[in-house]
Amino acid sequence: MKVNVKVWRQAGPKTTGEFKHYAVDGILPEMSLLEMLDALNEQLTKNDEEPIAFDSDCREGICGACGMMVDGMAHGPRRKCTTCELRMRHFPDGATITIEPFRAKGFPVVKDLVVDRSAFDRIIAAGGYVSVNTGSAPDANAILIPKDIAEKAMDSAACIGCGACVAACPNASAVLFVGAKITQFSLLPQGQAERDRRALRMIAQMDKEGFGNCSNHAECEAACPKGISISNIAKMRTEYMHASRVQEKHGD
Amino acid sequence: MVKVAEETILDARIPEGPIESKWSNHKNHINLVSPANKRKYTVIVVGTGLAGGSAAASLAELGYNVLNFCIQDTPRRAHSVAAQGGINAAKNYQNDGDSVWRLFYDTVKGGDFRSREANVYRLSELSSNIIDQCAAQGVPFAREYGGTLANRSFGGAQVSRTFYARGQTGQQLLLGCYTALMRQVDAGRVKLFSRREMLDLVLVDGRARGIVCRNLITGEIESYAGDAVLLATGGYSTAFFLSTNAVNSNVTAAWRCHKRGALFANPCYTQIHPTCIPLAGESQSKLTLMSESLRNDGRVWVPKKKGDARAPRDIPAEERDYYLERIYPAFGNLVPRDIASRAAKRMCDSGFGVGRSGYAVYLDFASAIDRLGRETVRERYGNLFDMYHEITDENPYETPMRIYPAPHYTMGGLWVDYNLMSTIPGLHVLGEANFSDHGANRLGASALMQGLADGYFVIPYTLGDYLASSRVLNDKVTTDHPAFKASVAAVAEQTRRLVGSGGKRTVHQFHWELGRILWDHVGMSRNEKGLQQAISEIRGLREEFWKDVKVGGKDADFNKNLEFAGRVADFMELGELLALDALHRKESCGGHFREEYQSPRAKRCATTKTSAMSARGNGQAIRPSLSSTRNTSSSTTSISHSAAISKVKQ
Ligand SMILES: Cc1cc2nc3c(=O)[nH]c(=O)nc-3n(C[C@H](O)[C@H](O)[C@H](O)COP(=O)(O)OP(=O)(O)OC[C@H]3O[C@@H](n4cnc5c(N)ncnc54)[C@H](O)[C@@H]3O)c2cc1C
Ligand code: FES
Repeated sequence: MKVNVKVWRQAGPKTTGEFKHYAVDGILPEMSLLEMLDALNEQLTKNDEEPIAFDSDCREGICGACGMMVDGMAHGPRRKCTTCELRMRHFPDGATITIEPFRAKGFPVVKDLVVDRSAFDRIIAAGGYVSVNTGSAPDANAILIPKDIAEKAMDSAACIGCGACVAACPNASAVLFVGAKITQFSLLPQGQAERDRRALRMIAQMDKEGFGNCSNHAECEAACPKGISISNIAKMRTEYMHASRVQEKHGD
Repeated sequence: MVKVAEETILDARIPEGPIESKWSNHKNHINLVSPANKRKYTVIVVGTGLAGGSAAASLAELGYNVLNFCIQDTPRRAHSVAAQGGINAAKNYQNDGDSVWRLFYDTVKGGDFRSREANVYRLSELSSNIIDQCAAQGVPFAREYGGTLANRSFGGAQVSRTFYARGQTGQQLLLGCYTALMRQVDAGRVKLFSRREMLDLVLVDGRARGIVCRNLITGEIESYAGDAVLLATGGYSTAFFLSTNAVNSNVTAAWRCHKRGALFANPCYTQIHPTCIPLAGESQSKLTLMSESLRNDGRVWVPKKKGDARAPRDIPAEERDYYLERIYPAFGNLVPRDIASRAAKRMCDSGFGVGRSGYAVYLDFASAIDRLGRETVRERYGNLFDMYHEITDENPYETPMRIYPAPHYTMGGLWVDYNLMSTIPGLHVLGEANFSDHGANRLGASALMQGLADGYFVIPYTLGDYLASSRVLNDKVTTDHPAFKASVAAVAEQTRRLVGSGGKRTVHQFHWELGRILWDHVGMSRNEKGLQQAISEIRGLREEFWKDVKVGGKDADFNKNLEFAGRVADFMELGELLALDALHRKESCGGHFREEYQSPRAKRCATTKTSAMSARGNGQAIRPSLSSTRNTSSSTTSISHSAAISKVKQ
């Protein structure tokens, strides 16, 4: 098949970008969108043009590196599917596909489709962990965790940190990402000791990074390739309310 | 120009005493760094996968200053994230007779008796601590209704000892280790350098004292000094171009250390996984693993008639060859990984393969669906079926899966002693990047275990011993040292040369070609003629690469072509070594199958076990093949290599 791509080109963080059009021929329906871009990049390289910069690594939907807006949707039109998993057979022959970077204040563009998502690292560093030094753990079966709780924690833990939730949100909010981590630990006995501190610190960091607030559009859930539910956001709010009240009462 | 390690006798520094007490004795006698002194040391950790991430976090908790590097934009994306199945531990929670000894034995046997037994015994001892540590970090392992941890069974073991978190065990373990790491970043004890690619190791007075990296965003060549360097940069299956590994996986860091004198052991021990989604076309960038567990219920077959183009469902049962069941009636579809892989290759090579390329066999669930019902099959394999469906657009409930083997894991790597130190003092190697624990073939669910054991529980002790005994503290170096300047200049020169190369063929084309040579001649089945051909073809290709590669772009910029060009250049050198090692290794064992060397028994049942376990207790069963390629300039490298060294001192 043959497709036309309209892709965002931007040389660096400070330069202005623009859409450029390319035609790519010889595309097989079983190729992924990234493999189509690989083919286009081969073509560009051979023609002495600069290839399109984009991030990817595992190419099987687990590392969270890929991520771009495809026809206006984070990771494209398929539900529960990362860009690297998106196959070309979902596009008609001759289609024009529009590809842009994730756009959010918290994710500045590095080059073309590559964005800087290190804000997510800083949010985790602010409290998205259980403080347990190596070697100090009790036997793993000493603390029992009911199966349904473990399963729910796993549902939240499945986040791949790709940032599609932020890109899909009209407010560029990171609450699904933050809520998923807070929820995972709030469900588990191991997460209890630092529960309040974690919620307060992670949310403060999220605000500092320039992400917007949540106004219940639920676009994030629709875009999430791992199907993380917005109930994580509700849980995050409860955790935050609780932590704020405790803080008011006892000071920090 | 080339130094051959033929005569080298390496000292693995395996502690004295019976195998059961080696590690505790060792810990009791090695040197310690006092708490007040730890903060005076700077440790460079390259890699943020299970091995690097766990090491960086644990060393920082102890008080060391850690500089941690990775290629990805964040440590959480290291390739460990992709591991699906699970992690072994000798907990014996199932009361089914598991023990440290049994896990040790299974792992050594799985490695076809070519692992270093003392290391493997330690690994088995530490396996339980890993599960404890990860559970305490909030890793949501699968649980039973009563709240205890669940286990699944894995190949190569008669006990149920594999812990898992759905099909995302690697992801969850890595996130556990990543959060521990980020806690140390917050505490200011780890400095994180993501989007950095290590391109050289810096030696001062023969010791590893720093690294040179390229900043993958700005293109700047940076250098960092420290008191020791830990390398945890993963495996090199991507040398084959198509593999189950991530596209950025590379051998570059390990190879550049090798060129600085760190010996490489057993490069030809590579694992080919039998059940992957086959190649769809030349533009494909990687192959996707379908968990081995599918062979529990799937039946492997090809049409009896060569080139039969009918749809699989139109081929009646009597015209199908269920070749695994036919050739290996005792094991049927559950023959070991290497046998299943080679059998599939044989069928396809002789024209019975299916699919457009003819390089695939069917894995059919029709009888399982008849026997168990669709729902049960969905419960067992639903996520894998969905993944297959998404990729191939074929519904495995209706039509058989097409599968073919793919490179998956590399047992070989930089040689390390019992303390995980390479032949360069101060350079330690952890995880898949080293060679010691999996011999000639790796048992399922043991790589995650090894990476975490190395990082959480081995290196925090053995690194202290090195630092305390080497007195590097009295001899601080900075990046102003001439050795750093020289290395930066050399790396910058290679980068400029690659960018400036005005050839015609892309990096991708060269990598594809190298992958083809390796796959055809140094893949599942190897013979002398093919290996010699591979060596000469790789040499030719390498020469062409430096003459005719086209990279483009700028060196001081984000430039993927340039990143890949450096990696492919190294893969081409490693590729030759792989073939040489396979040529010199005149035996079949584990993942290394030499057509000319099959014992009569092995021929009969097509297994390739050739040696027995060495005497218990002294842990001296290893005869790695080593090589050294020092001082090679990039374009004119000629790689030499020695066959197995004859003796490894205890
Ligand atoms: C699809 C798949 C499924 C698997 N399933 C299982 C399983 O179920 N059980 C099991 O036990 N094992 C499994 N394995 C194997 C296992 O996942 C790996 O062997 C293991 O995770 C490797 O960990 P590591 O820390 O050594 O390296 P990696 O996780 O590969 O990490 C390498 C790190 O080094 C960095 N790096 C690499 N090169 C450089 C450089 N030049 N400069 C700077 N940084 C660099 C990378 O950025 C990364 O951070 C699987 C492997 C694959 C591919
Ligand atoms: S490349 Fe890893 S999720 Fe897409």
